[in-house]
Amino acid sequence: MTGAGAALKRWETLMFVLLVAIIALNSLDSRYFLSIGNFVNLFQLSIEKSIVALTMTLVIIGGEIDLSVASVMGLAACVAAWTFQHGAPMPLAVLLALAAGIVAGLNNAFWIAYVGLPSLAVTLAGLIGYRGVARIFLEDRAIGGFPEWFNQLGQQPIIGPLTASIVIFFILFVFFAVILHSSALGRMIYAIGSNVQAARYSGVRVGLIKTDLFVASAFVAALAGVLYAARLGSVRGDMAEGFELDIITAVLLGGVSIFGGKGNLAGVGLAILVILNLRNGMGLANITGNTQNYVIGGLLVFSVLAPNVWQDVRNTWRGREI
Amino acid sequence: MTWLQRHVRPEQIRELSLLLLIVVAIFFFGSLIDGYYTFRTFNRIASSVAIITVVAVGQTLVVLTRNIDLSVGSIVGFTAYFVGTLIASHNSINPFFAVAIAILIGAALGVVNGVLVSWGRVPAVVVTLGTLAIYRGVLVDLSGAKTVTTDSLPQWLIDLPLLNVLPIGSLDIRALFVLALVIVVLFHLGTIYLSFARRFYAIGSNPEAAQLIGLPMKSVVFLAFVICGALSGLGGFMMLARFGNITVEAGRGLELSVVAAVVVGGVNIFGGSGTVTGAMLGAALIGTLEQSLFRLGISEFWLNAVLGLLILLAVASDAIILQRLRALWTRAELKLIVGAPEKRGTQP
Repeated sequence: MTGAGAALKRWETLMFVLLVAIIALNSLDSRYFLSIGNFVNLFQLSIEKSIVALTMTLVIIGGEIDLSVASVMGLAACVAAWTFQHGAPMPLAVLLALAAGIVAGLNNAFWIAYVGLPSLAVTLAGLIGYRGVARIFLEDRAIGGFPEWFNQLGQQPIIGPLTASIVIFFILFVFFAVILHSSALGRMIYAIGSNVQAARYSGVRVGLIKTDLFVASAFVAALAGVLYAARLGSVRGDMAEGFELDIITAVLLGGVSIFGGKGNLAGVGLAILVILNLRNGMGLANITGNTQNYVIGGLLVFSVLAPNVWQDVRNTWRGREI
Repeated sequence: MTWLQRHVRPEQIRELSLLLLIVVAIFFFGSLIDGYYTFRTFNRIASSVAIITVVAVGQTLVVLTRNIDLSVGSIVGFTAYFVGTLIASHNSINPFFAVAIAILIGAALGVVNGVLVSWGRVPAVVVTLGTLAIYRGVLVDLSGAKTVTTDSLPQWLIDLPLLNVLPIGSLDIRALFVLALVIVVLFHLGTIYLSFARRFYAIGSNPEAAQLIGLPMKSVVFLAFVICGALSGLGGFMMLARFGNITVEAGRGLELSVVAAVVVGGVNIFGGSGTVTGAMLGAALIGTLEQSLFRLGISEFWLNAVLGLLILLAVASDAIILQRLRALWTRAELKLIVGAPEKRGTQP
């Protein structure tokens, strides 16, 4: 047990060292890097993904996965835009978008928690289906022209240099960190993730908690979708397509086990910072977005591979049979 | 045990019901669309289903072993683009050599996945999520944003998708469709009858038991990924033949259609059950719906919503109905073993 604990500690240390190294390299590389403007920019550019990564962490620790988040983001944005275009005032449109997120989450939860289907299959269906519903609303049009306050929500700084999305990210980070690491609910999520049978026999209401997880995931995704719409100022049917991969990558890079039960939010927070700084630094060094994508992909595989290979090497060195 | 229970397994009932569903869908759309029952409809559906089917066969093997390969779309794009470039610059290349290269490129990419999963002990989702980005990224970087165009390809390749292998009346059975069918039949028979291939099922249905009886777990999982890569490479070649124009975006998102086909086809996402033929039927049902909704003219925008619902229903029916059926079958077998008085062979 102490071994596992030490390894976990090592993981965050590893991420932290990586982060410091990247920041040091970047600031040597470009003199624009260490400015507050650049840091806010760097956060702002994929803040929606970072927000969804928080709930994804909880879902994956609970031993499940939610592939439908990017489609829910698109769906929520499309619902907001469509209802706004059909005469609803913007606050109502935003509420309807969030409600659409909750409905999508309840739908996922129903099939996973009560029918007992694998979440990979259910949310794959959601990934395709919710995107389809979003497309039915908007077809191939783009809707823009939102009220000024809505656009400002995504673009104007509200506290110091921080925009509303960044403030929401920090509030949610603290909120979910408290839930996951210092509440009974959080312990139950870990319990379900590490051994669902044992959790059920200890009286954990597994169905209820899984429902909570998937509804929270879809609700936060819908919120992120609305914030994304506010930042871009216009909405299209293919909005946020493919985001689920980046989000899951951040969570797994943060040391969360894809099999559930292991990982924490601090690791994911560090991983988000690593990815953002790496992308930003590569961007400043004129490395294309495409190369950035596969560097991150490589980092993801390497981050899980390296400890395994290290273990093998150590075992061989000790002359033990693996 | 009833006659039905002795001769048909629950899984086969599920595949038959999928076939029935396809027939119902065809009659349904046939009554709505004028001139639906033509060979053109068949050809359209068949050639779009062929590519998905070939890749889905490989994916089935991987899913059977409790893994998943999300990188197939990138492998298809990678091979389609590079084999296309190769053929475009060497027009006199031997066709079989070209196909062999496509399969080899795919297999090589599959080897990377397999090594990382089997010997690197990295979960398949993590590996293939990474290689999904890496293969596509390497492709985009190496290509220099050029595309393969139809007019740079030799005539045999352009004619291949229209090649009529088996003309039955005015019904064309085209080369790519035949190729897909041959692959399905080969792999279906292989996975049913070869004791070697039963290992895919053994590992997926009970890894601990498979380990205990001494199956080479790592090599078998590795092999599944290599075969999946090789078939994706073949799929890449088929995509090149079918479309001619190949950009670096070719095959993007294909992994979703493939996983959808496999899941609708009744292959258990947790491994151990399902067949290659089921995956083909899944691909066929999705292809039929896709083309028919398109023909029906109700906006293509409905397609994905319907597809999502279909996957959900397929998985749900799998869990609910198949479980009941299996329970019925097991009870009947138990009765037989325990020796409940039952006259055998009297039922029709």
